[in-house]
Amino acid sequence: MDLILEGLWQAIVLLCTLDPETWRITLLSLQVSGAATLVSLFIGMSAGICLALADFRGKNLVVSIINTGMGLPPVVVGLFVTIFLWRNGPLGFLGMLYTPGAIILAQAVIATPIVAGITVAAIQNLPRNLRLQILALGATRFQMVLLLIREARLPLLAAVMAGFGGVISEVGASIMVGGNIKGYTRVLTTATVMETSKGNFDIAIALGIILLILTFAVNYILTHIQQHDRPR
Amino acid sequence: MNTEQTLLEVKNIDVRRGGVRVLEVPHFSLRQGEIVCLVGPNGSGKSTLLLTLCSLLERHAGELFFKGSKVVDQSSVLDFRRSTATVFQEPLLFDTTVYDNVASGLKIRGLPGREIRQRVEQNLERFSIKHLGQRAARKLSGGEAQRTSLARAFATRPEILFLDEPFSALDPPTREALIDDLDTIFRETKIAVVMSSHDQAEALRLADTMAVMQQGRLIQMGPPADVINFPADEFVASFVGMGTVLKGRVVQARQGTVSVSVADKLIECVGNAAIGQSVILCIRPENVTLALPAHHDGTSARNHFTGIITRLVPMGHFFKLNLDCGFFLSTHITCQSLEALDLQKGLPVSVSFKATAVHMIART
Amino acid sequence: MKTTRYLIAAAALLCALATGAAAAGPEAQQKNIILATTTSTQDSGLLDALLPVFEKQSGYFVKTIAVGSGQAIAMGAKGEADVLLVHSPADEKKFIDEGNGGRRLLIMHNDFIIVGPATDPAGIKAAKSAPEAFKKIAGKKALFLSRGDKSGTHSKEKKIWETAAIDPENQPWYQQTGLGMGQTLSVAAEKKGYTLADRGTYLSLKKNLGLDVLCQGDKSLLNIYHVIEVSPQKWPKVNAAGAKAFTDFMVSASTQKLIGAFGVEKFGAALFTPDAGKSVESLGK
Repeated sequence: MDLILEGLWQAIVLLCTLDPETWRITLLSLQVSGAATLVSLFIGMSAGICLALADFRGKNLVVSIINTGMGLPPVVVGLFVTIFLWRNGPLGFLGMLYTPGAIILAQAVIATPIVAGITVAAIQNLPRNLRLQILALGATRFQMVLLLIREARLPLLAAVMAGFGGVISEVGASIMVGGNIKGYTRVLTTATVMETSKGNFDIAIALGIILLILTFAVNYILTHIQQHDRPR
Repeated sequence: MNTEQTLLEVKNIDVRRGGVRVLEVPHFSLRQGEIVCLVGPNGSGKSTLLLTLCSLLERHAGELFFKGSKVVDQSSVLDFRRSTATVFQEPLLFDTTVYDNVASGLKIRGLPGREIRQRVEQNLERFSIKHLGQRAARKLSGGEAQRTSLARAFATRPEILFLDEPFSALDPPTREALIDDLDTIFRETKIAVVMSSHDQAEALRLADTMAVMQQGRLIQMGPPADVINFPADEFVASFVGMGTVLKGRVVQARQGTVSVSVADKLIECVGNAAIGQSVILCIRPENVTLALPAHHDGTSARNHFTGIITRLVPMGHFFKLNLDCGFFLSTHITCQSLEALDLQKGLPVSVSFKATAVHMIART
Repeated sequence: MKTTRYLIAAAALLCALATGAAAAGPEAQQKNIILATTTSTQDSGLLDALLPVFEKQSGYFVKTIAVGSGQAIAMGAKGEADVLLVHSPADEKKFIDEGNGGRRLLIMHNDFIIVGPATDPAGIKAAKSAPEAFKKIAGKKALFLSRGDKSGTHSKEKKIWETAAIDPENQPWYQQTGLGMGQTLSVAAEKKGYTLADRGTYLSLKKNLGLDVLCQGDKSLLNIYHVIEVSPQKWPKVNAAGAKAFTDFMVSASTQKLIGAFGVEKFGAALFTPDAGKSVESLGK
């Protein structure tokens, strides 16, 4: 109990004294996971919408695969991304391993199926004839997709939250492909693991609390948008 | 009514679902200001034809002409859709305000804000939903929602309006009020309309032309009164409420009248047919007059029979009476008459109907 | 269309963040060195003291990948690291023998210690050597926590069991954590068991543990760190110049002085003894 109180105190101290290392780690976490979420939104939402609108044989199989992908273990993703990014691996020429870019890539791989899966469900949950109704109103295909996204905005924002929440709290892949390099690829989760193994439980707890506050803040903003933009 | 210009014409339409042909229409056309109602039982292809006409359904084959020019590529399809509007059975409103819903088709077309405001106001008023403007569309009642959907369609000033079973999700009073309003609006705007309905009463009230469909084909098309009184075949006859549909053979033919033998009874009817010809006779229930056996004199009707009441079906304001006259015959009787005559199942009655009341269809 | 505006704003923000993240690190490939090392050098804080000096002097950016010695050596053997700082002599020899390495230089040592609860249920305080202490633990079937992660510490521990002629595998009193040193020490403290630890990590964690040093000083408990350059002949993509610069830095007199002084301020005693230029045989005498 003392330890937790001490951790809380430490968190307040670290934040209030603007400890540069802590701020850097926090900002990097936000940047990396934010970028990964963004990438996964572009890919996951496009894929999800295409899939939801398309009609082809084997669609159920593809959807099942994506839904399985929603539960991809981060360490497995980390392992495969590492192997691909190795200097002597297939993507070694990119020189991406142990960079923030590598973490973004791995986290995007983790978040994309989550976003795609929720997108498919969200679009398929709209009334079947809505697509026809939108086309009948004279919409181009692009306008139709935009309107469908607008209609499914509540579950789609949930997809953003799920994707972001999944990657910002993920440690296995970040530590494998990022390497937890000080001042470069050290993010909140990997720093927490390291401080725990160093025995600096107070700092570890402080970092954990910062992570919680950050996740809460992002979710609060998104929830606010989600709930605010409804006519009464 | 302006009957000159053909607005919409389709040729050799063939629609398939999963490789199976579900719609086959060699020809269909719509004149300016014409209101066509597609009727038929569930699964007869009304909605399929309607969605094909507004170019929302992919067709296996067939051509669509709008004002004489062929609608073929993506841009002409878009132009065509922007000249028409479609309202579905469910209102399919967007999750926003009523106002924004009515404006949505105009925003899609990128019209200037002032024009949008003016048209939205006009149509909110037209459909008596001005007070609901800022309401969330998801919180409307069924009737209000369908009015919003119609206002959204009218706001785009379509040249053709497609309505797919627009009233079937509404309760009777709401439906009555909406049909009355639509009738007025249709006459005012002189818009061309194609609607589908499984209820022929709606067709009778709104349509200039009634088109009966069965199994993906157009069976009969014409003014509603013609279709109802002179059905083209047995199916149409039963669908449009011919109470009695009988099969028989012509035994005598004179100038303009024939005698048809039905279950060893002779029925006189107006028409021309060769002796020996197989025919179908249709008699509307309201054209059959009923009397107690003792009082069958004093009528000019050519057909008199005696029958036993086999069934009495209450229909609200009236009863439906099924009789066995050696052949099946159906008629209507008001509740008061039923009581006055003290009719009951199993009682004999005498019936009569005019030769002109019998519609004869030759069988092939 | 409010949502759309929100979404665009969010997208713009995220784009800015992403660019920021990408620009945060040094870009030039040849200016990066991948150092694969044991967790103990990072967890003790030694690297945090040394690397900024090296980076400032040389202009290289060191990417430290702190893993077990076994994994660090495996990374070297795949050409995925440029230089190693490890403490697992037997594995290192194998690594060199297989032609994976360039120079291998002695940097420093500290020692392993056997720690356990103050009550010392197996009575290992009386033991004169590490194998003897292990025999006592096995004899009493007292709980022993092993790293079990093929780290330098783990391979040292296995060697001691070998010398003691005991096979602890699958014994109920022998548990493998699969965790790093710091966490294994925490587990030992929680479960009141014995474990083998490096002195540096133990000292840096001592305040939270409540574990005592029960056996130390035996020559077999020496913990020797070497720096190894990964062979550029075998792996052409290796940053040989960077590896050389780092190796030279580690054995330089000023760095050796830093190592000798590291920890004095915080723990009252140095965590490592600098050994550059000495021979392994001369250590611990």
